Amino acid sequence: MDYFVGIVSIVISGMLTNNIVLNQSLGICPFLGVSKKTQSAVGMGLAVTFVISVSSCVCWLLYTFVLDLLDIGYLSTIAFILVIASLVQLLDIVLKKLSPSLYGSLGVYLALITTNCAVLGTANSVIAQGLDFFQTLMTGVSIGLGFTIALILMAGIREKQALYDIPRPFVGFPIALVTAGIMAMAFYGFSGLSFT
Amino acid sequence: MTRSEFKKTALGGITSNPVFVLVLGMCPTIAKSDNVINAVSLGLCTAAVLILSNVIISLLRKVIPDKVHLPAYIIVIASLVTLVQMIVSSFLPTLNDSIGAFISLITVNCIILGRAEAFAGKNKVLPSFIDGVSMGIGFVLSITLLGAVRQGLTAAFGSGFFDKTMGGFIVLGLMMALFNQIFHIVKQRQKHRAALIERGEP
Repeated sequence: MDYFVGIVSIVISGMLTNNIVLNQSLGICPFLGVSKKTQSAVGMGLAVTFVISVSSCVCWLLYTFVLDLLDIGYLSTIAFILVIASLVQLLDIVLKKLSPSLYGSLGVYLALITTNCAVLGTANSVIAQGLDFFQTLMTGVSIGLGFTIALILMAGIREKQALYDIPRPFVGFPIALVTAGIMAMAFYGFSGLSFT
Repeated sequence: MTRSEFKKTALGGITSNPVFVLVLGMCPTIAKSDNVINAVSLGLCTAAVLILSNVIISLLRKVIPDKVHLPAYIIVIASLVTLVQMIVSSFLPTLNDSIGAFISLITVNCIILGRAEAFAGKNKVLPSFIDGVSMGIGFVLSITLLGAVRQGLTAAFGSGFFDKTMGGFIVLGLMMALFNQIFHIVKQRQKHRAALIERGEP
């Protein structure tokens, strides 16, 4: 029962209370870059969710059964980034075949998932917290979904914002950053939620 | 390398500042600019990796095959980051507690891969070194400035807003707007002066 409560709290904290973008400020580049249209935001969010979940599981297996056993934990950064880069390459090939339109709309940002710090950050934090395999999987999925939620909300706001007259110095990134700050304030309200 | 090329490369850290103009490497900029010490130390670690990776990649630019250049760059950067991680964790344990998680994330900082792709992979060693130093200084200056402003605001209004992520977003957004406005005014002045000279009025 305690284990189940632990899983629920991992999911809630990954999606809302400890949102990867708005609370831990990781993965901001794609958050600002791909949030202009809702449709590509959904695609990007799901792609990142896939990469985060699979890469954190693979990194967990790699760390537990290879790096930790051989006592070469200091190589984790190099090993993890290789795992992430190959996964992104795989996703690139699969998407090009299955959904060329989504592939086109994600563009260069698909390759940039490799350098999305949310992915490496999750893999590192999962290892640092010493979770087991199922907890790792749930952490990966919920952090990915949290990223997707933030990205879709931001895209919705920016689609509306494009219709308004914004003061000239704020056009582009500054207004997006201020909007993200106000969203982060709203998400800060979730920090009262606790299941333990 | 001619004098004008040198000047352009050396001023790159200001004219195409990685944070305020290119908008790269946002995550560590926002996450670790909550006070000046974190900001300066993370900035210096990033700059060290940037300079070394620029030099090494520029040395290897004829050896690395074009098809696999990105994975090769990432391996070079990840090895350098591991080195920095080892040095910091053994010699500066208190610093490691406060910014340790973000040192490993220097690997995926877009500034470093961006400079490798845009500059070091195509240029000789000396220009790449200068580019690394200039961009590194540009990054350290911007993250330190942001850290100083946020620490000052935290001291003035109490903790809980400006030292959190939300404060980071808003302060960075406002500062970027301010710099946009300053750049705009400078450009207008230059245009105005050029027009005056063209008409023969000094």
